[in-house]
Amino acid sequence: MFSILAAKPKSSERNKTGSWRSTKMPRLLKKECINCGLCAYICPEGCIEGKDKNQYSVDLDYCKGCGLCAYICPKNDVKMVENQPQGESKEK
Amino acid sequence: MAQAAKLCRPGVIAAYPITPQTHIVENLSQFIADGELDAKSVNVESEHSAASCVLGSQAAGVRSFTCSSSQGLILMSEVLFCIAGMRLPVMLVCANRALSAPINIWNDQQDSIAVRDAGWIQLYAENNQEAVDLIIASHKIAEDPKVMLPAMVCVDGFILTHGMEVVDIPEQKDVDEFLPPYNPPYKLDPKNPMSFGLLGTPDVYLETRYAIQKTLGDVLKMIPTVGKEYQDKFGRDSLRLIEEYKTDDAETILIAMGSVCGTIKDVVDSQRKQGKKVGLLKIVSYRPFPKQAIKKALDSAKNIGVIDKDISLGSDGALYSEVKSVISSDKKISGFIAGLGGRDIKAKTVEEIINLSEKEENSCRFIDLNKNILWEEFKTI
Repeated sequence: MFSILAAKPKSSERNKTGSWRSTKMPRLLKKECINCGLCAYICPEGCIEGKDKNQYSVDLDYCKGCGLCAYICPKNDVKMVENQPQGESKEK
Repeated sequence: MAQAAKLCRPGVIAAYPITPQTHIVENLSQFIADGELDAKSVNVESEHSAASCVLGSQAAGVRSFTCSSSQGLILMSEVLFCIAGMRLPVMLVCANRALSAPINIWNDQQDSIAVRDAGWIQLYAENNQEAVDLIIASHKIAEDPKVMLPAMVCVDGFILTHGMEVVDIPEQKDVDEFLPPYNPPYKLDPKNPMSFGLLGTPDVYLETRYAIQKTLGDVLKMIPTVGKEYQDKFGRDSLRLIEEYKTDDAETILIAMGSVCGTIKDVVDSQRKQGKKVGLLKIVSYRPFPKQAIKKALDSAKNIGVIDKDISLGSDGALYSEVKSVISSDKKISGFIAGLGGRDIKAKTVEEIINLSEKEENSCRFIDLNKNILWEEFKTI
């Protein structure tokens, strides 16, 4: 009997590491955003990106649900919501 | 043993010298230098490198052979786990020797017992003929596309490695028929790039271990079949799970592994002449551990004595613990630690062990202990 043993090149693009997240995950409301960029700066996983007002997105494959983005947002435009299992939470 | 390894036509041999293993690879290097063996001998700076080297060459699809002992095997141990985890059927001969400290070059089986959990097939030879047979036969199991696990043939250091014995070396033609060229289901190949031993996250690691455990269970069923195939071809049944020596009606059965079984057989013969119903159960396959076969072989026994040339310090002998976990509680079972660091296990020692097995149970009794060199407090001499 065998289990996963070998990998073809570029498999790291498909296989995600860090499968866990805390009980909450962020939802960017995209209403009051002033493009200050604080959420992206404070994210310890570097998984928030964006260039313009209300245009930021979270890479939920790597988000750990720490809530710092919601804490730092001066406009309360990030809300922590109940976690969804990875793969099903494709909101960006 | 070098001859047996040569007959299997390895493509890469890498080992680091350590007593009492050295002359096996020394002879193999000589075969290569004399043009008798078409292989690459790699000089390495340590056993860790030797194991890493054969890991790489086997991953590249080449049959690979290495050899070690004692400290060398322990230095390899990190890579031994990798080889099994990457499912590479490397062949290793372990010349069993005691572990430091104090430094000791003589025989016991602590080194291979210490790496028993690595996922390797472990077979113990009683004599040099068995060593030759097991080296050739175990390749066939290890390289089976359904197995792909490394195999370690354990031979008692000095007692076997430096012993003179008439050995029947099979013909190359017959070995070639028995053992086809290594044709792995996966290998490193620039045309079909692939990586082995990558990150196994918590999502997949457990399954990789389960797969090895299941496969070793299959190996348990394969050993008698391949052993029979080997016997049909070469006439010897060296590859088997266990050997039962006069156990059928035996009331007292000793259990042991390796060369000490020869001495025990002698004692069994002489005690049988005196009418004592004693027998020997020799464990050939320690990994996978043949629980059912052992249980069946011990059916008639009232008293069981397990001889360990190793000890799991703070617990008991390794073989004793495992045999005890298999048998029913109405039998008397005792564990004996003997022959550590090259202390001879003589016929008299075996007789003593038989007598003690018939008395009260002992879990970890040291045999032939000299209490004059033991003190309660630190002392220099």
